[in-house]
Amino acid sequence: MTTTTTPPAVPRAAARTKVLQRQGAAVALVLVVAVSWLVFPRFGSPDNLRDLALQGSFLAVIAIGMTFVIITGGIDLSVGSLYALGGVLAAWGSQYGFLVALALPLVVCGVIGLINGLLIARTNMAPFIVTLASLLFARGLLLAITDEGANTYQIPADSAFVELGRGTVFGFGYPIFIAAVLAVLGGVVLNRTGFGQNVFATGGAEQSAVLLGVPVAKTKVLVYTMSGTLAGLAGALTAAYLQSGVTVIGVGLELDAIAVVVIGGTLLTGGMGTILGTVIGVGLIKVIQNVINQIGTLDSNYQSVVSGVFLLIVVVLQRILRR
Amino acid sequence: MTQATTRAATRTAASTAAARTRWLQDNGVYVAVGVLLLFNALFTANFLTLGNFTTQLVQAAPVLIVALGMALVIGTEGVDLSVGAVMALAAAIIPLYLGAGPLMAITMALAVGVLAGAFNGFLVAKVGIQPIVATLALLVGGRGLALVIADGQLVQLHDETFLELGTGDVLGIPISVLVAGVLALVVAGVTNRTTFGRQLVAIGGNRKAATLAGLPVDRVLIGVYAITGVLAAIAGVLATSRLAASDPADMGLLMELSAITAVVVGGTPLTGGKVRVLGTVFGVILMQLVRATLIKHNLPDSIAQMIQAAIIIAAVYVARERK
Repeated sequence: MTTTTTPPAVPRAAARTKVLQRQGAAVALVLVVAVSWLVFPRFGSPDNLRDLALQGSFLAVIAIGMTFVIITGGIDLSVGSLYALGGVLAAWGSQYGFLVALALPLVVCGVIGLINGLLIARTNMAPFIVTLASLLFARGLLLAITDEGANTYQIPADSAFVELGRGTVFGFGYPIFIAAVLAVLGGVVLNRTGFGQNVFATGGAEQSAVLLGVPVAKTKVLVYTMSGTLAGLAGALTAAYLQSGVTVIGVGLELDAIAVVVIGGTLLTGGMGTILGTVIGVGLIKVIQNVINQIGTLDSNYQSVVSGVFLLIVVVLQRILRR
Repeated sequence: MTQATTRAATRTAASTAAARTRWLQDNGVYVAVGVLLLFNALFTANFLTLGNFTTQLVQAAPVLIVALGMALVIGTEGVDLSVGAVMALAAAIIPLYLGAGPLMAITMALAVGVLAGAFNGFLVAKVGIQPIVATLALLVGGRGLALVIADGQLVQLHDETFLELGTGDVLGIPISVLVAGVLALVVAGVTNRTTFGRQLVAIGGNRKAATLAGLPVDRVLIGVYAITGVLAAIAGVLATSRLAASDPADMGLLMELSAITAVVVGGTPLTGGKVRVLGTVFGVILMQLVRATLIKHNLPDSIAQMIQAAIIIAAVYVARERK
């Protein structure tokens, strides 16, 4: 009798932990949005919300790839450089038509991601150092194809490619829909496919995964290739939106991407995480950034401080809750 | 008989190959520096001049100071990604207190470095967060904080005494080089001749065993990160003085990559348990020589960055621990 009335304490604590990790970011997002809505009259305007979603969509595309990488227990520091490189390649390629403008950045950034993955999976080198090196390499490549950064390629305003970045449905930009579709796809792949299972297994317990016959190396190669390709896509979309291949963007963007993934509840130690959490993390960071911009007296530098503090709180909470 | 001989021969061949790799891991950096010096002496105009050597050393000094701390952290099986951000913080602090005299300004900058480092150490030792994650928060937020402190501005500095640090010399040796040299000796002494040094290496070799053996693991870890923080701050102070301006936006950007590269190239494994101070010094000199060689032979920045990326990968590949 007593055994039935007192459920075991450990699973309940574990469940509570899970809920906090899963929903913490969502609760924070709801609170921040509610407060912003009440305090800043301009926040809730349709224009502002559309702009917010558009700004978030570029980061979301990158963060989806980063989520996969982090769940395998890795990290990809090259995405900021690949984002900039993707934009420049798209702008340069736009003179040869829509297809080249879109395919070139995806292929080049995908190949760099593939090389990251091969180096990490086949040679047992630390992901952060391999991807730091490709951060440097991709910037170098970007400088090489832009006359050392002096040349900003323009995209003809009448080209179909610009439409990809600036076109809208009901006032919402295409990039928002692309990011949404990718997020849904990412969620399905992660939770409903064998590949997704392998991603979790690789990050959860790599040694056991190897022994169980999980294709750990192949999984790692795939996630880094994905991450590189998505960073290239985000760059291409940004270039289409800006109508040019801006060379100086994306510095430190990898940190934003990692921050939103972690804030969304994905463990940096690997083995656990959700795409939905990442999307919520993007929303949270972008809303806070938007609010900081509306408080005229605060400059944009506060945004990275806030990101850092959020990251810290989440990481410490995760650690404490897991005890 | 023949079978046994073949087996013995295979074993000898294998152990020769292993010994060669080990030798390359240990001494590769010295050979590489020698080769580059020889190459430059033969093929680079105006290389063998006192002025050139002084310039090279002055440029390498801040990197070396940061790399010394990084070597200690890596020796504990950790890593500190926040060193560049701490340099930026130190740079931002300087103009705030320069009115109270250079000594006050430097003291405050170093105090911030100690605090930042101790904070990292606290997260790693007491909270139990992975080093790469713990220091990531400060990497994300630290530079933003520095920019907030500095109001996002570059501040020209005019204090004669403070600027002397960057321009002055003692017996022809620039002050920053002298500081770096002395610090290298101190760090070498601490690592090889003190209890703290031995405890540090023991923790890096096997943290669990070190804990069970009753070593003050937490205290040593916090100490190591605090040392790394203060060394990064010193580098920030010296670089700021040489620049004659406080520039938190650019100060120490990607310094974590340069420092980690130098340490790894110098033969300290990322897996901890070993600190090679002389190797680190030569690792810094090697990377500086590579950069100087590329610049002196008029290779553009883009190519230089890509070659550096390749060197980093090659060095980590040689230095990696085999499974």
